[in-house]
Amino acid sequence: MIRLLVLFLLIAAPVKAEEIVLGLSRDQVSITATFEGSEILIFGAIKRDAPIRTDSDLGVIVTVAGPDMPVTVRKKDRRLGIWVNTESVDVDVAPTFYAVATNRPLTEILTFTEDLNTRISTQRAIRSVGATVDSAETFTEALIRIRANQGLYQTLPTGVLVQEESLFRTLIPLPANLTEGDYKAEIYLTRGGEIVDLYTTTIPVKKVGLERWLYNLAHENAFLYGLMSLSIAIAAGWGASAIFTVLRR
Amino acid sequence: MQIYLPIAEVSVNAFLLLGLGGIVGVLSGMFGVGGGFLMTPLLFFIGIPPAVAVATEANQIVASSFSGVLAHLKRKTVDLRMGTVLLIGGLVGSGLGIIIFNYLKAMGQVELLVQLCYVVFLGMIGTLMFFESLKAIRKSKKAGGVSVPTRRKHNWVHNLPFKMKFRVSGLYISVIPPLIVGVLVGVLAAIMGVGGGFIMVPAMIYLLGMPTKVVVGTSLFQIIFVTAFTTMLHATTNFTVDIVLAVLLLVGGVIGAQIGTRIGVKMKAEQLRIWLAIMVLAVCGKLAFDLLVMPSELFSLGTGGH
Repeated sequence: MIRLLVLFLLIAAPVKAEEIVLGLSRDQVSITATFEGSEILIFGAIKRDAPIRTDSDLGVIVTVAGPDMPVTVRKKDRRLGIWVNTESVDVDVAPTFYAVATNRPLTEILTFTEDLNTRISTQRAIRSVGATVDSAETFTEALIRIRANQGLYQTLPTGVLVQEESLFRTLIPLPANLTEGDYKAEIYLTRGGEIVDLYTTTIPVKKVGLERWLYNLAHENAFLYGLMSLSIAIAAGWGASAIFTVLRR
Repeated sequence: MQIYLPIAEVSVNAFLLLGLGGIVGVLSGMFGVGGGFLMTPLLFFIGIPPAVAVATEANQIVASSFSGVLAHLKRKTVDLRMGTVLLIGGLVGSGLGIIIFNYLKAMGQVELLVQLCYVVFLGMIGTLMFFESLKAIRKSKKAGGVSVPTRRKHNWVHNLPFKMKFRVSGLYISVIPPLIVGVLVGVLAAIMGVGGGFIMVPAMIYLLGMPTKVVVGTSLFQIIFVTAFTTMLHATTNFTVDIVLAVLLLVGGVIGAQIGTRIGVKMKAEQLRIWLAIMVLAVCGKLAFDLLVMPSELFSLGTGGH
């Protein structure tokens, strides 16, 4: 009888001890004509069946990743006295936006192997398989540095605020130069460096209104768009000359 | 007020763009140049991607030259026949320019090419203009403001075949030199995002021997069509014409141009030319400096693709 009970408990074990319940301040980011950047508030709670564990530290990691796109990193070198692009590395996959917010420095709450598997840290989120240059790392480092300066790659080591071991929230700033697409938000819960729960959601970032219309027209109906640009130019040129002729009289 | 440009995909201050358009407009009105050679580098400096800056600037030049050519048509200072010959060359050159531009873009060298073109041409034109106007100022001081008309010289240009009569310009010359000038200007227009007036005008005066009064109108006439063609090519092959950016620059530009024209009337021609030369050399110097001095960031990012 006791054995049966133990067996039953083992089967039921997959119920997680700690689970994430999530909220978002917005479920979509719209790029309008006056878009100046934005921010998303990601907040949630940790649901538990058992009392709070005290044996290991709680880690909360929030990542927000923009659509992946290949990118070419070029390096300048001095040739014949002037600085020209020489070597280049094609990075196969690099998120156009990547933010990692944690409640404590990432290395303290995530083991090296877990990082290898989940590709959480910015260095791991970028993959360059076919790099032929010896110093490929300096190219990926440069990519991270340039995008970090543009606010596109962010590491926020104390960006997640955890209260009473069960409530957490973080604010991810989004710069104005965002690329459109589905942004993937992932929230990891770790104990002693091991991931115990993962919650994934997507936040679409879209151009809307006039921006959307112009972008679509430029790409799907390029000829018409070109003609439209020209007619606006001609009309403006003619208009300016007509108005100032009237003013001169 | 920040505004998000749909094609450039960057957010910039709308008043900054209006202001830039206005300042370049004033200068172009004062000196009778398109202003593309100033605007395109300025757009690079404020962070517009070079490909978008070049394509959009071509579209803006259509507007400013159209505005200018209307005034010249009224004064009958446009040689339509010469303009058409230059135009045929220009369209061929523009097509060639786009091919070179796209080829180098794939190689990651387009920025270098654009910068080198600027340094070489601005340096050449600026230096020539500077010394030429310096000489003119000295001469006008000596002669008490009365300039002696020089007789048009006959050079090798007049001995080529396929001669044609250009009545407005009062010329009977071969169509080969204007065609070549057209091709060269077309290539530059596509690569540098400029109308090319600053190269075509000296070429028309010194190489083709056209009378100065029809030169500006004729070059504007040619520029409208070449830049319109360039705009269409960029729009359909690279999708890099940003209409929002173009409109903001246009509004500032057309107003500035009218103000500039008024300032220009009050200044002496030689003085105007010498200031233009100094400005051209300053832009050239800045671009040359960037090429020669070690950049603070050696790495740059380009859109992926193998």
